[in-house]
Amino acid sequence: MTNENENKQPAKLIIDDTTYETTYTEKYQQRKQYEPENPKHIKAFIPGVVRSINVRLGQHISEGDMLLILEAMKMENRLLAPVSGTIKEILVEKEQMVPKHHLLIVLE
Amino acid sequence: MSYYITHALVYIYKRNTIKYSFKANYMSIKEKVLDFFKRKDKVSAGGGQKAIEKQMSMGKLTARERVLALCDKGSFHEYDLFVEHSCKDFGMDSKVLNADGVITGTGTIHGRPICIFAQDFTVAGGSLGLAHARKITKIMDHAIKLKIPLIGINDSGGARIQEGVNSLAGYGEIFYRNTQASGLIPQISVILGPCAGGAVYSPALTDFVFVVDKISKMFITGPEVIKTVLGEEISMEDLGGAKVHTHITGNAHFFAQNELECFESIKKLMSFLPWNNIDKAVKKLPKPPKSAYNINKVVPADPKMPYDVRDVMKALVDDSEFFEVQEHFAANIVIGFARINGDVVGLIGNQPLVLAGVLDVDSSDKLARFIRYCDSFNIPLITLVDLPGYLPGIDQEHMGVIRHGAKILYSYSEATVPKITVILRKAYGGGYIAMCSRHLGADFVYAWPTAEIAVMGAEGAANIIFRSDIMNSDNPEKTREEKVEEYKEKFANPYVAASNGHVDAVVAPEETRELLVHALQVSQLKEEVHISKKHGVSPF
Repeated sequence: MTNENENKQPAKLIIDDTTYETTYTEKYQQRKQYEPENPKHIKAFIPGVVRSINVRLGQHISEGDMLLILEAMKMENRLLAPVSGTIKEILVEKEQMVPKHHLLIVLE
Repeated sequence: MSYYITHALVYIYKRNTIKYSFKANYMSIKEKVLDFFKRKDKVSAGGGQKAIEKQMSMGKLTARERVLALCDKGSFHEYDLFVEHSCKDFGMDSKVLNADGVITGTGTIHGRPICIFAQDFTVAGGSLGLAHARKITKIMDHAIKLKIPLIGINDSGGARIQEGVNSLAGYGEIFYRNTQASGLIPQISVILGPCAGGAVYSPALTDFVFVVDKISKMFITGPEVIKTVLGEEISMEDLGGAKVHTHITGNAHFFAQNELECFESIKKLMSFLPWNNIDKAVKKLPKPPKSAYNINKVVPADPKMPYDVRDVMKALVDDSEFFEVQEHFAANIVIGFARINGDVVGLIGNQPLVLAGVLDVDSSDKLARFIRYCDSFNIPLITLVDLPGYLPGIDQEHMGVIRHGAKILYSYSEATVPKITVILRKAYGGGYIAMCSRHLGADFVYAWPTAEIAVMGAEGAANIIFRSDIMNSDNPEKTREEKVEEYKEKFANPYVAASNGHVDAVVAPEETRELLVHALQVSQLKEEVHISKKHGVSPF
């Protein structure tokens, strides 16, 4: 038996209503919790730099309107509104570098 | 008289000129040999004393030391030592790169021939140009023709940018040969330094990847690019160090603390490998398992309690010697090599100690690849089954556990080597089918009396089958317990499967080794002919 397994905390895993005594792997423990997609939350689908913001607060937009340009991998990616609505919040500034999944704009 | 004198003078003159011209244009053999040794010493020196000292200060051996440490003493012979690059751009025409930064040759390990190459980081950072790549592809072609294993030691800063597309051509030619050689000869990659960008794909195409703590670094894009392009900061070690690849990504198979430990581990692995797809691994004298491993005392009767499946393996194999592959990655499945009655087998076991031994995305990848390896090289497969099924979870489903899990079904079904399955305890649902069941072509399926072969565990099954009984009961908890017991009695055993012929024999734990020896013995001439086709479309 390796030291790694000896050091592991006992854990439980439930499968088909049966609880098994076991240990977790590090990867299992660090798995990401699922977050349902909210179409009104516009997030960066790729890490990059916000090159322009084409909307302002309170503006009405319809589905398919361009919201901002996110430059990544030397490409200017246009972020389009997935649904119609009003711009409730703009959480980034021009030329800001954003990581993946960063919340950019909230629609209402 | 003068006639004679003239002739005599001419004769003397001619003789002397000939003698003189010899002296002027040709060295003696001794001088030539000395000159050769001088040239050889110069080219063999790699990147020079300063670069070598820097290499050593990082805890790294030189390329030559590595090759000599791996090969049997005195067995290594080098080729293409005098190869030079032909790049003229960016001032490269005046640059001499000794041996073009890579050592290639043949040698022996355990007295058996191998082909080997080692990139020399001290020469232009081990960068790969066309001449460097052609040295590698030449030795690869040798390995393919001679049908002997290929070991590649990677220690390179990447493509030699000055050579442009020629350097990329070099990589491509290596990848092509890696693929041609796959399943024909064992290919082993040893990462002893950086291995970045396109360079990572040669190791990824080979069978086994060895890494060393703090020395190996593998990634497609390095920390600097990630920082400038993405603004994310990470160290080289955290991005693609040895631990990352053996524990998280599964890109590497063997982890070592230092280079010498790594070489020992390579030699150990090679003691289990057939030298090509026709050859058989060296048979050793049969040895019984060590008495410290008592097969009757490992597995708890309660299917909910964990144990280390490696203890069962050690109780079954010769001298209790089990050589584990990918020990740290997806530890919920255990794979590795051992000998039974002197012959090498591929051993597979669900590991109840980790994640209850479930199958998931990573363990499916790990297992499927091992099955294909063993099948390619005619190593019989022994599968020890004890699993509650697949790991439930949104992340698993979204990562594609369906297509990953399918790899196991595909690999077991495709494999034509002798396939022997021992169901130790739980074999539920899809997990039962996947773990080399009779239905996927197992030759022999044995089950211990503790085996429970069913669609799911008793609790889950009783809750579904007897839902209305439980719901309508005055005492639902009591009824549930009764129904669970009822189900257990009826189905949580190996006899239902045995009555249908899905299990060939129910065996006591202590009879297992003997049966495995027998099963392997009778399967020696096994031949299974598949429908002729080019190749399948595997879910890989």
